Amino acid sequence: MSRLIAAFLLACISALPARTETEIEEVVSKGGITAWLVQESSIPFVALELRFRGGASLDASGKRGAINLMTGLLEEGAGDLDSRSFTEAQERLASSFSYRAGPDSLSVSAKFLTENRDEAVALLRLSLIEPTFEQVALDRVREQVLSSLRSDAKDPDQIARAAFDEMAFGDHPYSTQFKGTLDSVSLLTRDDVVEAHKAVFAKDRIYVGVVGDISPEELGPLLDKLLGDLPEVGAPQPDSADIMIKGGTTVIPFETPQSVTIFGHGGIDQKDPDFFAARLLNHILGAGGFESRLMQEVREKRGLTYGVYSYLVSQDHAATIQGQVASANNKIAEAVSVIRDEWERAATDGVTQAELDAAKTFVTGSYPLRFDGNGPIARIMVGMQMVGLPIDYIPTRNAMVEAVTLEDVQRVAKELLRTEDLHFVVVGKPLGLDETIQN
Amino acid sequence: MTLSHFALIGFVMTFSALPFMAKAAENKVTTFQLENEMQVVVVEDHRAPVVQHMVWYRAGSADEPKGSSGVAHFLEHLLFKSTDNLAEGELSATVAANGGRDNAFTSYDYTAYFQRVAADRLDLMMQMEADRMRNIRLTPVNIATEQDVIIEERNQRTENSPRALFSEQLRAAQYLNHRYGVPIIGWKHEMEKLNLSQAYGFYNTHYHPNNAILVVSGDVKPEEVRTLAEKYYGKIPANPDLPERLRTKEPPQTAERRLIFRDPRVAQPYISRSYLAPERDSGDQEIAAALTLLAEVLGGGITSYLTEKLQFESQIAVHSVAYYRGVSLDETTFDVYVVPSSDVSLQEAEDAMDVVLAQFLKEGVDPEQLERIKYQLRASEIYARDNVDGIANRYGRALASGLTVQDIQDWPEILQAVTPEDIMAAARSVFNREASVTGWLMREDEVTQ
Repeated sequence: MSRLIAAFLLACISALPARTETEIEEVVSKGGITAWLVQESSIPFVALELRFRGGASLDASGKRGAINLMTGLLEEGAGDLDSRSFTEAQERLASSFSYRAGPDSLSVSAKFLTENRDEAVALLRLSLIEPTFEQVALDRVREQVLSSLRSDAKDPDQIARAAFDEMAFGDHPYSTQFKGTLDSVSLLTRDDVVEAHKAVFAKDRIYVGVVGDISPEELGPLLDKLLGDLPEVGAPQPDSADIMIKGGTTVIPFETPQSVTIFGHGGIDQKDPDFFAARLLNHILGAGGFESRLMQEVREKRGLTYGVYSYLVSQDHAATIQGQVASANNKIAEAVSVIRDEWERAATDGVTQAELDAAKTFVTGSYPLRFDGNGPIARIMVGMQMVGLPIDYIPTRNAMVEAVTLEDVQRVAKELLRTEDLHFVVVGKPLGLDETIQN
Repeated sequence: MTLSHFALIGFVMTFSALPFMAKAAENKVTTFQLENEMQVVVVEDHRAPVVQHMVWYRAGSADEPKGSSGVAHFLEHLLFKSTDNLAEGELSATVAANGGRDNAFTSYDYTAYFQRVAADRLDLMMQMEADRMRNIRLTPVNIATEQDVIIEERNQRTENSPRALFSEQLRAAQYLNHRYGVPIIGWKHEMEKLNLSQAYGFYNTHYHPNNAILVVSGDVKPEEVRTLAEKYYGKIPANPDLPERLRTKEPPQTAERRLIFRDPRVAQPYISRSYLAPERDSGDQEIAAALTLLAEVLGGGITSYLTEKLQFESQIAVHSVAYYRGVSLDETTFDVYVVPSSDVSLQEAEDAMDVVLAQFLKEGVDPEQLERIKYQLRASEIYARDNVDGIANRYGRALASGLTVQDIQDWPEILQAVTPEDIMAAARSVFNREASVTGWLMREDEVTQ
């Protein structure tokens, strides 16, 4: 973090008027690639975050898991290097590259030293532009994916997640897990992986954040070298998803002592003007650590769980509010009932001014704590670009939180929290909990 | 390949009061001691106006009296209840109201409490943390409710996870006579009986300034920390009767131990092998350094020896890992895990693993690989400077586990000085089947041949 950032963070904490001047620079390379940069030269390395919009949602029909498998193969051989030579080269440079597929994006997080920056960038480029996808590597990584899918099939959290998504998202890609299924992954071919690579890696969907020991003048040519050879256009993005889940309870029998539950219904988009009101509401309801209503009622007062949370999930094509809790099989029914009551209470009676004030203090005061390292700041900047926030957003953000009124939160609570739509997926051997589906 | 994260080596060594949601050289380190013998470490990073404030107690689950397993962790939860000056939950509420986050964690050798908060709130954090060092006030209701919470925590972490249950059995088999064989969270039947007097007993024995380490990192000056620490912690008297950390010692292991854990919830069978191994000792870290590098050479990723032999030259395994954790007050373990491919039996995988380990003892270390690892370790010191809280944690953990500031600062150079011969000597001394525990995690219906 630069001293400039430090200065503006301090401004946030002391609630001084936020300064509009920003320390994030926009760098546009000659080749037309845009990056947000924070130059921070006190430690001789650079953190670079790349994100390709679409991610695993760009899987072709019937090829679920192809993009995830492809992502796992990027470091398994590229150019003239096989997987071990590639990793050895990376070790010799002491750089670190990680590649992750997700439902909305494929992200690449890289860290490399100033002393060998050019070689590290050349190696990273090789993995992005010229992966070889050798059959032998594909088969090996496929076995690893299948192994993890077999584990997921017996993991109550994953079982609940898969069931909830299937009910919530109809025929949208979100309705299935992006790692694919045992069947779909078993059938993927090298051609499918090559197609998956073409679908994701293109200039029309790339977002870049860079923090560290590099100047804007150095960054432009680096971007062109790293990404200049990407094709202009990738696969079309999916449409938005309809939220199909209806109120009720689904029980998935699973022989285990503690029932695991995921619950939720439709939510609110991050671009909605009421998003901060929803954010504060959710903080009070179930995201505020020990202080949240759910934590107080379910854990602190009744000892029914180790943890209960709610969270807003704003994805590119769907918004939901979800939560999770785990309780012993003979206690989960009570936990579910308390959560329903709290949902209803928040919707009907709203929140108090004192709760809102405390939530605002936390949400504004904790914001600067997120900027705690080059990598995290690079990720924040990419996230901002992906949701279309302006480059000078950071110093203005807390004022938007402060501007939320109690009336805003009460109104949003009534709209957002719909107990009649709340669906609980319970995996375990719950006692006293019946399946119900409301229509 | 990073996408399939098989949580074998990521097994959790610590337990937190609140679960985290679904996230050197040039950092100035200053250390000093208060008059009451409380140790203080300050790690400066002035890039952002944030501090992390931690207090580490040299007391963990391995310091518990017999029959009250889990009391160290239980007490950690109870420290979030009331004190003479703070109402129940007020500490966390106050941290949150100041935009901060707080939590705590317990391990075998230590319990630690921390807050991350804006730098200008350090004073308040210290005031509250110092208060709960001596002033907690527990009620029977606290005990009853929080007992339910820790049992749900055990359900979540352990009872619901065959891997965690397996690993608990493995440790119990590895340590015949040392408390490292008892789970940090406690055995369920003992957790259910924990009571107020056991909680107070652990508190009154161990929670004193002369048994604690204050570690503050971030945007602070050492003088400022000293002033505040003297004001809040300095006034708490040292306990002259603080017991020595006397731990029972493992006898020499003279017979190989084997176990099979079956559970219908097992999706992916695997083999775990642990060998008793020396830990990092103050002024004597060379063997631990060799073992640290041995774990990297053998099973530290795609270019490691085990991976090459078991995943590339043959397709015996889908994953293979070697793991060694040197920071430990008493004798630790060197662990090897092999997850067989779907058509390979556990017996075949174990046999292959033993052949490869024997082959390694003959062939020795590839010097080029060792150089790459050492370069990465040097680079990691540069990357570490971007994470001042990570450096702070490193100090806290080591100081609570019997090491000194000097040991911590010497460690990078000791690692660099390790030779291939040192690694092989360490490997030969550790890879002794008579001093090992081998476990198979299996599905219920699987035959063992």
